[in-house]
Amino acid sequence: MNRALLFIPLGIFIAMGVLFWVGLGKENKDVLPSPLIDQPFPEFAAKALESGTGVSAESLLGQPMLVNIWATWCPTCKAEHEFLNTLAADGIRIIGINYKDDDFKARQWLTAYGNPYEFNVSDPDGKLGLDLGVYGAPETFLVDSQGIIRAKHVGDLNPRVWKKLKPRFEAMQ
Amino acid sequence: MKTAFFVFSLVFSSLSLAVVEGHKYPFDNQQDTERFNQLAEDLRCPKCQNQNLADSNAPVARDMRDKVYELMQQGKTDDEVVGYMVDRYGDFVRYNPPMRAETFLLWFGPAILFVFGLILLIGIRRSSKNTSNQPLTAEEKAKLEQLKNAAQRSSEKGQKS
Amino acid sequence: MNSLQAIAPEFGQLALILALVLAAFQSVVPLLGVQSRREWLMAYARPLATGQAVFLLASLLALTYSFVVDDFSVAYVAANSNTALPTAYKISAVWGAHEGSLLLWVAMLGCWGLAVAWFSQSLPLEMVARVLSIMGMISVGFILFTVETSNPFSRILPSPPAEGGDLNPLLQDFGLIVHPPTLYMGYVGLSVAFAFALAALMGGRLDAAWARWSRPWTVAAWIFLTLGIALGSWWAYYELGWGGWWFWDPVENASLMPWLVATALLHSLAVTEKRGLFKSWTVLLAIFAFSLSLLGTFLVRSGVLTSVHAFASDPERGVFVLALLGICVGGSLLLYALKAPTVASVGRYDWISRESALLGNNLVLLVAALAVLLGTLYPLIIDFLGMGKISVGAAWFNTMFVPLAVLLSFFIGLGAMSRWKSDSPKRLSKELMAAFVLSVILGFATPIIKTSEMNWQVVLGMTLGIWVIAASTWDVWKKSRGQLSRIPKLGISYLGMIVAHIGVGISVIGVTMVANYSVEKSVKMAPGESAEFAGYRFEFVESGHIEGPNYSSEATRFEVYDGDTLINVMTPEKRRYTARGTVMTEAEIDVNLWRDVYVSMGEPLNDGAWGMRLQVKPFMRWVWLGAIFMSLGGLMAMLDKRYRRKQDVAVKAQPVSGVTAQEQQA
Repeated sequence: MNRALLFIPLGIFIAMGVLFWVGLGKENKDVLPSPLIDQPFPEFAAKALESGTGVSAESLLGQPMLVNIWATWCPTCKAEHEFLNTLAADGIRIIGINYKDDDFKARQWLTAYGNPYEFNVSDPDGKLGLDLGVYGAPETFLVDSQGIIRAKHVGDLNPRVWKKLKPRFEAMQ
Repeated sequence: MKTAFFVFSLVFSSLSLAVVEGHKYPFDNQQDTERFNQLAEDLRCPKCQNQNLADSNAPVARDMRDKVYELMQQGKTDDEVVGYMVDRYGDFVRYNPPMRAETFLLWFGPAILFVFGLILLIGIRRSSKNTSNQPLTAEEKAKLEQLKNAAQRSSEKGQKS
Repeated sequence: MNSLQAIAPEFGQLALILALVLAAFQSVVPLLGVQSRREWLMAYARPLATGQAVFLLASLLALTYSFVVDDFSVAYVAANSNTALPTAYKISAVWGAHEGSLLLWVAMLGCWGLAVAWFSQSLPLEMVARVLSIMGMISVGFILFTVETSNPFSRILPSPPAEGGDLNPLLQDFGLIVHPPTLYMGYVGLSVAFAFALAALMGGRLDAAWARWSRPWTVAAWIFLTLGIALGSWWAYYELGWGGWWFWDPVENASLMPWLVATALLHSLAVTEKRGLFKSWTVLLAIFAFSLSLLGTFLVRSGVLTSVHAFASDPERGVFVLALLGICVGGSLLLYALKAPTVASVGRYDWISRESALLGNNLVLLVAALAVLLGTLYPLIIDFLGMGKISVGAAWFNTMFVPLAVLLSFFIGLGAMSRWKSDSPKRLSKELMAAFVLSVILGFATPIIKTSEMNWQVVLGMTLGIWVIAASTWDVWKKSRGQLSRIPKLGISYLGMIVAHIGVGISVIGVTMVANYSVEKSVKMAPGESAEFAGYRFEFVESGHIEGPNYSSEATRFEVYDGDTLINVMTPEKRRYTARGTVMTEAEIDVNLWRDVYVSMGEPLNDGAWGMRLQVKPFMRWVWLGAIFMSLGGLMAMLDKRYRRKQDVAVKAQPVSGVTAQEQQA
């Protein structure tokens, strides 16, 4: 038997080692890639949180935006809220989806902590959330003016994250 | 092929037939109940640490279960239900991985390994058959003589005492 | 806090460092002795190993003491204990999280080294020196890892918390007391076989004697691994509350893979011991088995995989373990590549022979282990190559594993009866025909009797399970010529094999029946109502509130009837643990050999009603009973006298078979 053959197990192991090495360095292992990238925003028919008027996917069109999924029961959402306020002050268009929450509580919350949203979609049953593949608030979608989803961020928005997302947002039409 | 896989997977994958809050999902017949259980087992909770929809208490798992039930009531097939979830959450939520180019090695790897191992074994046997009946070399012959003599002497010694 | 309490953690840390020093010497000195042929240096191996073990155990004891006295100045104790925690759980909390379980791992490595030092009197000193050196090197790596990145003795000073964070309620259970220690004994025990393999490669001496020395150590580790896995499965079954006993979770797979390879190793060693064949392959298997143990350690502690069972992850630790893995596995595989004999062993055997059957066994077990590895790692491969995220779950694993298990079961029946070197298919089929026919008949009969409906999976599973038992029993009958009194004379090693194989059959039967005939019902019930299910009547007598030592629970009382006979009064609970606020489902199970009746509480509904989950699982106990038989068989095989024979004088001289003078010098 060729001695070279005996090196095969070592070779396979080295390949595995490289795989693990790469894997260890990766951040955000729990984040799921979204199959909705480059897809149109899912159709929906719901009520706006603030006014009670009907809203649908059409209501989103016109300008690139951030679509932010949040809830009053979500502590991380509270942590990112300050930053959302600063983004809105800078003129970034933010639409909110109030996910599996109580309308009254949500309105009170916004009064107390500020409202960076152009408007909020009320999603008490999580139906829209399911269509968006939401699995944990907060999540934020980057959607362009035609209503096509271009990117998704899972977790809170903060200056560090925004540094990476901002170029993509500005590139959107 | 697909049926065979399905059959085999059905054999032992019903390791946990119970579904959390199962009473919320009544069906008219046993077949549908089993279909629902199977789907709940084959779909993964996107948020939990490796749990299927059947065992998870997470809110998103509950929502997905409700949706599976709703879709089944609408008459959707198993593939359509799974497809619905995959369209929204990605392939991650399928415990039964899709059959695609990138998963070819996954699905056929073990079979390939088995055949490869078999070929290797047969090959080794063939080559060992060739080497096993060599005549002794001169060196080996001398050694054999040496051992024989030593044995002869010690047995003579034994006989004396 | 008295002075003993104050000093115990410091003592523990010191003991750990001393153990490290001894391990370092143990790695180097005996090998130096081997190189320079100085026996007095080699002789240091045993006392160094003993000293290391003593200090490691002392360290573990110190940590245990800190737990028992509620010393919350030790960060690990503060994170995992609580004054209200029952003492038994305080002790088992020692290995409830990463740092402490690592200390346990390392202490067990020391104990195995101690055992090798004590029970190796019949081995040549050179071999003992090499084996203990290698084990010392592994110790150095892991103790260093503990001290550098996972020190259980880190302290919170000057203001320790007044109360601890409590042990994870899932772990406050008998299962934690037995499962991790048993499993770790198995994982770590494979290091002995590993060390023997490397020692053989280093010494250039790979022969039947080496296999004979190596075998009982391998069997011992295998027994612990078998029991450890069975305990884990049993624990998950009653603890998690929904009746599952195997999930193909990455951490479970991490224990199954070394078990499969260790089983292959056991059988390969049998051939090497008996016929001097497969030597190179056996060495590779020994390296592979321990490598999988180490891989398991990496997977569970690095955060690379997601699992309910995984420890809290930390990339720094992951890197360290990866480095350890690289050195141990990479180093040993390199040694293998350089030093393993390339000349095939001289020894003929026919296509139909015990050697072939054992080769078949090895092929099937190895492919199974590799399949499990593939399925476990594939999501990572896809992810790291940037191709998205997929999941590989039970459906895929069962598809791959079941056909292999079918093949293996078939071979077991053949293997025991087949002869070494050469056998004839005619003889085998004549001998085994009766057993085969019996298995097929009973296999077909089972589904008909149970449900009057054909079920091909049941036919297959039952036929194979009964086949294994019938063929093994027939072999005993034949060899003892039908006289019970002759059975003990057949040799404990042989009987151990038979018992272990029968264990496999029992497990196969258990798995087949449980998988196919388990029934479940989710039903909304209020106190006073009753439900009929699977031939039993479940009466919801009352519900109430119970205050436990560190939890409060809602309990429900059920009376379970079979007809008019009261079988059991069962009180499942839904507990809320005070310290962490976690809610746990405590199921109640009525157990007998033929079925489990499993009652657990789901969600509370209106009007004091509960969503109850009722399950009846036939032959559930057989799954683990099989594992007990396997372990018992292994124990019997280990106790064979030939492993305790004093060293023969001839063995000290030139090795006899299979290794040329050239290779000996290398």
